[in-house]
Amino acid sequence: MNRARASAVVGATRRATDTLIIAIAVLLLWQGLARVAGSTALAGPGPTLTYFMHFVPSQRFAVNALSTTLTFGWALIIAYGLGLAIGVWMGAHRLSGAVGEPILITLYSIPKITLYPVILLIFGLTVSGKVAFGAIHGILPVALLTMAAIRNIPPVYLKSARALHLSPWQTIVKVLLPATLPEVVAGLRIGFTVTLFGVLLSEMFASQHGLGFLIVNDMALLQTEEMISIAVVLFVFAAVANALLLWIERRMHRRV
Amino acid sequence: MTRVGWIRLVVIVAAIAALELACRAGFINPKVVIPPSEMASALVPLLASGQINDDIARTLGVVTLAAVLSVVFGFALGLLIHALPRVREALDPYFATYYAVPVFIFYPVMIAIFGFSPWPIVLIGFATAVVAMIIATLNGLDRVPRVLTKVARVHRLGTLATSLKLKLPAAAPYLFTGIKLSVSYAFVSVIAAEFILSSAGLGREIADAYNDFNNRRMYALILLLLVIASVVNSALHAWDIRWAKRRGITTA
Repeated sequence: MNRARASAVVGATRRATDTLIIAIAVLLLWQGLARVAGSTALAGPGPTLTYFMHFVPSQRFAVNALSTTLTFGWALIIAYGLGLAIGVWMGAHRLSGAVGEPILITLYSIPKITLYPVILLIFGLTVSGKVAFGAIHGILPVALLTMAAIRNIPPVYLKSARALHLSPWQTIVKVLLPATLPEVVAGLRIGFTVTLFGVLLSEMFASQHGLGFLIVNDMALLQTEEMISIAVVLFVFAAVANALLLWIERRMHRRV
Repeated sequence: MTRVGWIRLVVIVAAIAALELACRAGFINPKVVIPPSEMASALVPLLASGQINDDIARTLGVVTLAAVLSVVFGFALGLLIHALPRVREALDPYFATYYAVPVFIFYPVMIAIFGFSPWPIVLIGFATAVVAMIIATLNGLDRVPRVLTKVARVHRLGTLATSLKLKLPAAAPYLFTGIKLSVSYAFVSVIAAEFILSSAGLGREIADAYNDFNNRRMYALILLLLVIASVVNSALHAWDIRWAKRRGITTA
């Protein structure tokens, strides 16, 4: 092992240790808060861990986690598909982009929860409604970042595409996609977390299934062990997915 | 107005007109969506009656307080974390995944600690928005030119003076992005917390109207919230552009 690699390994170990120290600090803070608030209001880390060990292998968790995963999967497919389509269109067609961008930004920043009753009225209490609500969260960041990525392409790339008489489809696949991938992946990464957020929100209101439903149930009953157990599962899931997409993003950057 | 501005206006008006026509012509069931004109005509008497004044004041007050707190503390914490690179590296993975879990699930815990008052919701809004401000501050400080910190050292400015007189203006565009995000995150989380579990506020009113099948009231309230959110965002956006122009940056 050469020296550079050895120091990289040392650096990574130190970072991991520091991250762990923060986790321990959070646990201590949690313990302190639990002491102050009392065990009914906020269960401490110990009882929560015991609960976690029973809860995660249970049927109750499996059924609801599966329901959330399915809803989330569909919502993500729709969010990515529509988001990329809108982003490519508005990025490639200047006028549409100039007209549409402020509209998209405004839509992005409005609290979408206000629109949930409308979606419920349109779809009824179905899975489609939850999928649609999750998807509308994810479409906008994916579209906005894709659009920005395409706009930031050096014009010379497009000129060479024209000089080579590439068809619009070839231009997208051979020029636009490779040049924009890092930013697009960043959009997909943000889209991932906000879509998950949207799906959980939809399950919290007028739903009978999913982890969001369990959380809102726990909120009403002040069942903090289960609530925090679910939060931990979600956090780990999101963290792993995020790290994976971030890794892809950095690799793409290096390639370009 | 520019040509693009006109086209945008036409697109928005056409979309609203299409919805209006589809509702009037019976393509859309009035039990699902009511025509936009009726939303507006339901909103006017609702506002005039003063029934929802308390809710408007409460929601906007809570959002403002949460946003101001997160901007101030977010900037201060950002400065602190930026000064400690090791802490920053350790916190990075937490920042990156912070927004994956809805913070407001801890709302009942806050109620248990702080009792029934607006404070739990303020804290939820704060907890959601502050991280966006911290991240924006870190981004901004990363882009402060080295030479400026050297100038500060040459002039023997203290830590506080360097932060306020030098780093703050230099990082301003990024900080402004943080402010915009903080306002919108505070808004979203406050409305969501009210919607799911609260006794008052605009979010609560919408959820109640939905549960009562009171479509006119519900759509009037939704329209009100969308208008408030759009006005606040456009104002921040316009302010951002004016600032950028004054600094001679034309990226916006």
